[in-house]
Amino acid sequence: MRLALRNLSVVYPAPAGASFPPLPALGPLSFGLAAGAFVCVVGPSGCGKSTLVRVLGGLQTPTQGQALLDGQVISAPSRRIGLMFQDTNLMPWRTVLDNVALPLELAGISRDERYKTVHAVLPGLGLADFALAYPGELSGGMAQRAALGRVLVQKPAVLLLDEPFGALDAMTREQVSLDLLRVWAQAGQTVLMVTHSIPEAVLLADRILVLSRRPGKLAADIRVPLPRPRTLEDMYNEVFNACARAVRAAIEGA
Amino acid sequence: MRISAPYDLKNQTPRPRSVQKMWRRDALRRAAPLLTLLLVLAVWQLVTLLQIYPALIIPAPLTVLEKFIEVVSDGRLWPHLQATLVAVLAALAFGSFAGLVLGYLIAKSPLLENLLSPLIIAFQATPIVAYAPLLVIWFGSGPESKIVTATLIVFFPMLMNTIVGIRSVPPGLRDVMRALRASRWQMFAKLEVPAAMPLLIGGLKMSATLAVIGAVVGEFIAARAGLGYLINAARTAFDTPLVIVAVLTLTALALTLYSLVGLLARYALAWQRRAQRGQ
Ligand SMILES: Nc1ncnc2c1ncn2[C@@H]1O[C@H](COP(=O)(O)OP(=O)(O)OP(=O)(O)O)[C@@H](O)[C@H]1O
Ligand SMILES: [Mg+2]
Repeated sequence: MRLALRNLSVVYPAPAGASFPPLPALGPLSFGLAAGAFVCVVGPSGCGKSTLVRVLGGLQTPTQGQALLDGQVISAPSRRIGLMFQDTNLMPWRTVLDNVALPLELAGISRDERYKTVHAVLPGLGLADFALAYPGELSGGMAQRAALGRVLVQKPAVLLLDEPFGALDAMTREQVSLDLLRVWAQAGQTVLMVTHSIPEAVLLADRILVLSRRPGKLAADIRVPLPRPRTLEDMYNEVFNACARAVRAAIEGA
Repeated sequence: MRISAPYDLKNQTPRPRSVQKMWRRDALRRAAPLLTLLLVLAVWQLVTLLQIYPALIIPAPLTVLEKFIEVVSDGRLWPHLQATLVAVLAALAFGSFAGLVLGYLIAKSPLLENLLSPLIIAFQATPIVAYAPLLVIWFGSGPESKIVTATLIVFFPMLMNTIVGIRSVPPGLRDVMRALRASRWQMFAKLEVPAAMPLLIGGLKMSATLAVIGAVVGEFIAARAGLGYLINAARTAFDTPLVIVAVLTLTALALTLYSLVGLLARYALAWQRRAQRGQ
């Protein structure tokens, strides 16, 4: 599905009686993403990336402008959109199995069927042995992989990922990134992923949107002309380095 | 039994180093309450043996035991225990249900909170003993008045803990549920209730002991049966052993209730114990 922003901006109002002014967090921002595109968003901390994800997920209404999904204004959450938050937001009273199965459970799918689905995805996330563990018993990286599993079982047409691999070590991170690419190659979702890592953005994305300091505006829109499927080998070629350099320059100039 | 504050959400049992040490510590922990009990009995026996106080004031442990056997076998204790037990259970059921429902509504509606909070604060600030006589005037000296007294005293901790519990549901988890288009009912049953469960159980623990207090206060003021009534009657008859028997029966009743809620907590909060095991 196509995603688009039309002149969108978000201003957080000052709390009643507060002495500070309203806070412009994002925009105005306009861009369009083709169906099936893999786009990474980078930008300085606090420039409104999480805000953007929440607006696209229908959790928050923009102050101005619109977010569009296939030309329709996004005004409420949709099951077609899968959202992975910056915090893992796992339910501490549910096992990994039941956390990952949550979207299926809420959609009314029978217990047997949803457990079957989840047991099929856990090995790919390296969580096969932890189906019955509680989030409190997981490492930070494992919890993030469980949160990724939760959004994947939902089989959404649009994936919004807010720094999904922040707590993973560099090597697992590359591994999980490539796994994500494989899932995407099969299912062809439209992916918008926020990340702090420039190499990761270049390795994964067709397009990298660089946001400026708060309120985030589009500072650069960089295409990554690397062929697919991508491998870790791509990280050592000239095109890769040129892209990474361009992104870094855009961030510093922003 | 471990003493734990109602808000002690984390059981901070230190992790033992070796199995042998663990076993020894465990045995000691289990035996410790028993040792305390024996010590109390020994001091009690000593005091009566030395006749520091007349037997009318402090009867010997054995005298009390005899009295206990007597009132159990002639069936005098049971109706009173039953009367108190019924009042306590009824109050627990009504009070905690009302506290849960109203607490949930208040947590959801700031308007309702503004409307009700002066009333709630005033009610809660008044000692229960102060309005119990009024309740007797209104509800008579039958079981109703003490049930109402105990219900009121049970109601408030449950109400407060429900409000705090529902308000403490992490907003991030709310977002997850919203993003998945959870229905109102799913939001309630799959998020709010389990997230608030530690506080709900904490409220229930407090309520369980308070229910006994409420019932006895009601019985002190006016009643025709119940352990509180029995204490009063025995005192007027200078039957100190019977007073002690009634008090200890109340203790046993309260401890049993508290342990039952503890069992419920173990079951409902199993995930919490698991997650803390390795810390
Ligand atoms: N609910 C809110 N109320 C008020 N201000 C908010 C709220 N959420 C975010 N902000 C403000 O909006 C700005 C953008 O926040 P946002 O979380 O979108 O940034 P971000 O780009 O995701 O940052 P990071 O990279 O650190 O995650 C920040 O200055 C933040 O203080
Ligand atoms: Mg963020």
